[in-house]
Amino acid sequence: MLQKIYDWVDERVDITPLWRDIADHEVPEHVNPAHNFSAFVYCFGGLTFFVTVIQILSGMFLTMYYVPDIENAWKSVYYLQTEVAHGQIVRGMHHWGASVVIVMLFLHTLRVFFQGAYKKPRELNWIVGVLIFFIMLGLGLTGYLLPWDNKAYFATVVTLEIAEGIPIVGEMTKTLLAGNPEIVGAQTLTRFFAIHVFFLPAALFALMAVHFILIRKQGISGPM
Amino acid sequence: MSEKKQQVSRRQFLNYTLTGVGGFMAAGMLAPMVRFAIDPVLQPASTGDYQAVAQLEDITNEPQRFDWTIDQIDAWYESEVTKSAWVYKDDNDEIIALSPVCKHLGCFVSWAGSDEHPDQFYCPCHDGRYYKDGVNVPGTPPAAALDEFEYKTEDGTLYLGKAKPRGA
Repeated sequence: MLQKIYDWVDERVDITPLWRDIADHEVPEHVNPAHNFSAFVYCFGGLTFFVTVIQILSGMFLTMYYVPDIENAWKSVYYLQTEVAHGQIVRGMHHWGASVVIVMLFLHTLRVFFQGAYKKPRELNWIVGVLIFFIMLGLGLTGYLLPWDNKAYFATVVTLEIAEGIPIVGEMTKTLLAGNPEIVGAQTLTRFFAIHVFFLPAALFALMAVHFILIRKQGISGPM
Repeated sequence: MSEKKQQVSRRQFLNYTLTGVGGFMAAGMLAPMVRFAIDPVLQPASTGDYQAVAQLEDITNEPQRFDWTIDQIDAWYESEVTKSAWVYKDDNDEIIALSPVCKHLGCFVSWAGSDEHPDQFYCPCHDGRYYKDGVNVPGTPPAAALDEFEYKTEDGTLYLGKAKPRGA
């Protein structure tokens, strides 16, 4: 049945080469942990992607209950965590995953750095990778405010103070982030929410696409 | 291994194992999230406590609107919500308490809401009409009679429970 549906579509739009391009490629011996166990260091990039997928999924599900509003944000988080089935697990996945993804990203960066895998012709992909790292830090930063508890509030106060420290444009940057020159409140929360769930993920997807296309195009760097 | 026994090839075995492990991991990831998402569907139906609505002496043969407020808990949001019913005594002195929710698409019906039909319930959204006993007027949009509240009387007070569809 599935084969028939696949054949029907394939006959019309010729999808086989499409997914061959995505899924069918050689894995060189020197990156295969089954061949040489120390090659496990090559897994960190894939693990980062895996955790990112978990973050996207758990985040999507969390927004079914979460409200980005100062009156209700904390209450909705408390509700989804204590009253909704498996709420603690889903929020836990997003909470811990946020840290794990940074750790994996860092390990991946270390591997690329110490193997010198960023050298020509892969400098561009290193740059894209660093941008992804910044986006991830931005996601962590903006997501931290969303539960709207004391820790979130004061962490954001500190963030905004740091932003204010930028020479010349500091004050403007702070107002731009907080939505108000003095108050860390309603507008700050909606802004951070919008940045966290729309702007940064959009940038992340674009950069990840570039990152993966470049890997496929240039291939994995050779053995050391 | 004898070559005649065409059992499972190495490639097939790996395929099955990897698909199995991958499927297990995907399921482990998705199961809590799906259960989380479908939680509202699995909540038990509300029991519908009886609420004091009106004094029996105020109820006449003409449908009158009675309002009462309930404390509604909507997840993290608690509020007072006003409910309404159209209540009257029929010819046998039986109390009839009708839900004001139109059976067409859920708007709010009023007794004598239309000047042309002073002895009917009228829904302004699509001109749905109901006779005094709540039965829908044929040829108007509603396809069923107005829901009727379960009720009980105690010490001269009318208590209303849940609105139930006719014949249920």
